Amino acid sequence: MFKPMAKAEAIDPKKIARREAIRKGLFWACWGVFVGFAGILGASIVRFAYPRIVFEPSSIFKAGKPDDYKAGSVSLIHGRGVFVVRTEKGFYALSAKCTHLGCQPIWYEDQQVFKCPCHGARFDKEGINFAGPAPLPLPRFHLSLSPDGRLLVDKSINVGMDFFLEA
Amino acid sequence: MKWVPLGLVRYTVCLGGLSVFFFLLCILTGPFLMLYYVPDVNRAHADVMDIMQVVPFGSFVRNVHRWAACLMIVCVPAHMTRVFLQAAYKPPRQLNWLVGITLLILTYLMCFTGYMLPWDQEAYWGATIGATMAENSPFLGAKGPFSVLPPDKDIHYIMLGGTVLDQPTLSRFFFAHCIAIPGALAGLMGFHFFNIHRAGGMSGPL
Ligand code: HEM
Ligand code: FES
Repeated sequence: MFKPMAKAEAIDPKKIARREAIRKGLFWACWGVFVGFAGILGASIVRFAYPRIVFEPSSIFKAGKPDDYKAGSVSLIHGRGVFVVRTEKGFYALSAKCTHLGCQPIWYEDQQVFKCPCHGARFDKEGINFAGPAPLPLPRFHLSLSPDGRLLVDKSINVGMDFFLEA
Repeated sequence: MKWVPLGLVRYTVCLGGLSVFFFLLCILTGPFLMLYYVPDVNRAHADVMDIMQVVPFGSFVRNVHRWAACLMIVCVPAHMTRVFLQAAYKPPRQLNWLVGITLLILTYLMCFTGYMLPWDQEAYWGATIGATMAENSPFLGAKGPFSVLPPDKDIHYIMLGGTVLDQPTLSRFFFAHCIAIPGALAGLMGFHFFNIHRAGGMSGPL
């Protein structure tokens, strides 16, 4: 059975003020914990989406023996995004990534031209853009001979248009 | 909330409602496609071929998903044109115009991410182009104007899950297409409708 309180005692106004302060403090502390947690969770999830380790092909790789390439040939190294070009003078490695929006140009042997299938950019054998939307030539990567006599391409080093590895 | 009087549906053919209808068709068919589609680079394309050729009514369900997606892309900008021509973006409806623009962008992202799921040549190079555009965008991309973020912290990296298109990319696009963006779209649509109610209903013919 519900019994009404005998008689409301006069409560010390100081006590009331203190309880009120505690109540407010707890209220805001709860909100603080909640907002803090939400913030930490949000920031963690954003950081979570940036992998620390990626499993991707190395930017330095061997591309076979120089003798595997005929003079005048252009060869796509599959899975590496690089063309190895051999001229009479020597070798150079061109990026197989169109400077427009990143598709992979195709080498047309009969016309001696690279054409990009995405929006029709054209590059000559030196990788120089001469038609279509591509604003820049295909970058050239550093090429050297590894100690075991293979071509060594380093995609992390861009070299000038006059760079080539003597045959 | 009151039902829209039918008399309001006139020459403007209720384009917003049609957008919702096509969205619901996608929401209905998408999860069924997920029963057969696995976002694995070695089988995603074969799964889509299975849906087309082996699964009973597979090509029908996939085509409903595709056509509804395309028609939604037609309806949303058309709906916005109607709102613009009726000056319905003016107070008290400014907020809903902004929500609408967000919905438009999310719808485009829906198509961009869905387009890459079949993992064929078109999908792969389409996503390559989109990723390169992201990489060259201002502020967010490492190669764009005013770039502030390093290459392994920019929008391109988070989008691809690395620097090249591969399994992490397909997993991310799948998550975005099937969970993150539809969720955001549904939530924002609810807010969009609530705002219509709050602004006192429609401003003119639907
Ligand atoms: C919860 C909702 C959705 C789910 C679970 C879903 C799921 C899927 C799946 C699994 C695929 C791959 C299968 C295929 O390529 O046919 C796909 C493709 C696609 N989705 Fe969705 N989807 C949803 C909503 C949407 C929406 C709202 C849109 C656009 C407005 C959309 C646009 C597309 C497009 C353009 C494709 C490529 C279709 C194709 O190549 O056939 N999806 N979706
Ligand atoms: S990506 Fe090569 S022309 Fe556009």
